[in-house]
Amino acid sequence: MQRIFGRPAALTGIPFHYCPGCPHGIVHRLVAECLDELGVCERAVGIAPVGCAVFAYNYFNCDMIQAAHGRAPAVATGVKRVQPDAVVFTYQGDGDLAAIGTAEIVHAATRGERITVVFINNAIYGMTGGQMAPTTLVGQETTTTPRGRDASYHGHPVRVSEMLALLDGAAYVARVSVHAPGHVNRAKRALRRAFEVQLENRGFSLVEVVSACPTNWGMTPVEALRWVEQNMLPYYRLGEFKVPGQGEA
Amino acid sequence: MAELSLMKGNEAIAEAAIRAGCRFYAGYPITPQNELCEYMARRMPEVGGTFIQSESEVAAINMVYGAGAAGARAMTSSSSPGISLKQEGISYLCGSEVPGVIVNMVRGGPGLGSIQPAQSDYFQATRGGGHGDYRTIVLGPGSIQEAVELTMLAFELADRYRNPVVILGDGMMGQMMEPVQFPDGPPPQPPAKPWATTGTRGRGSPNIINSLYIEAERCERHNQRLQEKYRRMEENEPRYELVNPEAEYFLVAYGTSSRICRAVVGRASRDGLRVGMIRPITLWPFPRAAFDRVVERARAFLTVEMSAGQMVEDVRLAVEGRRPVHFYGRTGGVVPTPQEVLARLKLVVEGRGGES
Repeated sequence: MQRIFGRPAALTGIPFHYCPGCPHGIVHRLVAECLDELGVCERAVGIAPVGCAVFAYNYFNCDMIQAAHGRAPAVATGVKRVQPDAVVFTYQGDGDLAAIGTAEIVHAATRGERITVVFINNAIYGMTGGQMAPTTLVGQETTTTPRGRDASYHGHPVRVSEMLALLDGAAYVARVSVHAPGHVNRAKRALRRAFEVQLENRGFSLVEVVSACPTNWGMTPVEALRWVEQNMLPYYRLGEFKVPGQGEA
Repeated sequence: MAELSLMKGNEAIAEAAIRAGCRFYAGYPITPQNELCEYMARRMPEVGGTFIQSESEVAAINMVYGAGAAGARAMTSSSSPGISLKQEGISYLCGSEVPGVIVNMVRGGPGLGSIQPAQSDYFQATRGGGHGDYRTIVLGPGSIQEAVELTMLAFELADRYRNPVVILGDGMMGQMMEPVQFPDGPPPQPPAKPWATTGTRGRGSPNIINSLYIEAERCERHNQRLQEKYRRMEENEPRYELVNPEAEYFLVAYGTSSRICRAVVGRASRDGLRVGMIRPITLWPFPRAAFDRVVERARAFLTVEMSAGQMVEDVRLAVEGRRPVHFYGRTGGVVPTPQEVLARLKLVVEGRGGES
């Protein structure tokens, strides 16, 4: 019998701890499929963040390091520089990457570190229970913006991909979404391209995945997907912002 | 041994690290350790290693965490304010049992303080300035030659115990020049590191470097295992120098203060006083045995530090009230003179030592 679908070998099979409707499971799977298809799982080293994906080290079937909050790009830099043949990726959320780890991500990108960053942007702090993220939309209610994010009081949301695409060391920067099957397929292609850019030694690569957080948004999974489409995508434009051989798109 | 060369402490430590097989260095410029950073920038490419001028001390220690996790001998260096920034990373290195070497060329504090030599980071180094129950081995060189030897030892100990090792110098140790010799021969081969994250090829199951144990009981078992390791360090690693074991009065000092105290020992004997010195080389584990050796004959101890009195607490814990323990210190980057220390010592001898 022909096998047409199964668990990627790059996932351990330990059940995910994520909430119903959380896209982390989809993105883990896509990353794992890329590692399998490119045949690099045996030389992959993943860096887990602090945040909901902290247990990523249990799920990926490759060597893993758990990093301090926001420091994954620095840890990845250390690994890649002493193991240049390793395929090194970080998996980070919006608090980890765009708040506490802003310096580390900007400088890893501008140094052109040959690492691949998977950036989950769900506009909220999940693990700590729904506080404002640097990417929380204006008007969005969180436990620390109880009357909605007010740009004049809380500041504006950060567009990470646009910002990093400005840096010469960044070779590939794309923003994707996984709120519908077609988008999942496009997200997969972007992730695969990001890993290929690393394998081709072209520089830093990052894929931002616009994601839902039904639990902390206080929505059903279906409502949350609709909210992604109606509220997040107008602010977080999808597309490739930087591709190798071209300037900023 | 090879020929003598005249080197600054910062440069000698950098060269010693390379001779010890260190192939990854990340650091951020800060006075008075810049020569170490600059030496690594020149030298690392020559030996096929990596030098990174990081965006911050926070990033530097986390790069060391990654390089160490991936099996390399890795180092970072800084001075006091920068070492404060590294504390988070040091805690992770300890919790995840990743080896690494951290050099602190201490300057006056607190805050931005001064850029002159000080010893006011002793608490931070020996108690652990980061969070959680952890220990790092802390080495306090008393000369540039010893700094070379202790740097090479630091990498051995870091790998042996899978734990970070701190070299606690000061601005003077970093800046002054002395003749040094490096051992001949190729760098020692680091031990096999089957735990390192080098890819699963030929191994099968993944290696995971991690300090998270979300269940309290598991986290306690992890802590108990770490404490067991720290006890082995306390058994095996204390190092000290004892000058004039038959003396009646003992100066206690490390690093630059110990050099001043060594001069005081000589002057005091010319004045007819029987003075010795205990010089801790490992500041953690603290060499308590040195005090047990002399406490029965000793009349009193005088601890001399370039701080407001930090190591003196360990001296009191080691002496356990059996003899008076006095203190003399200068702060903020001021280095005590032998005359000052001798005058203070004479007050102790006359029974007017006080507890200052």
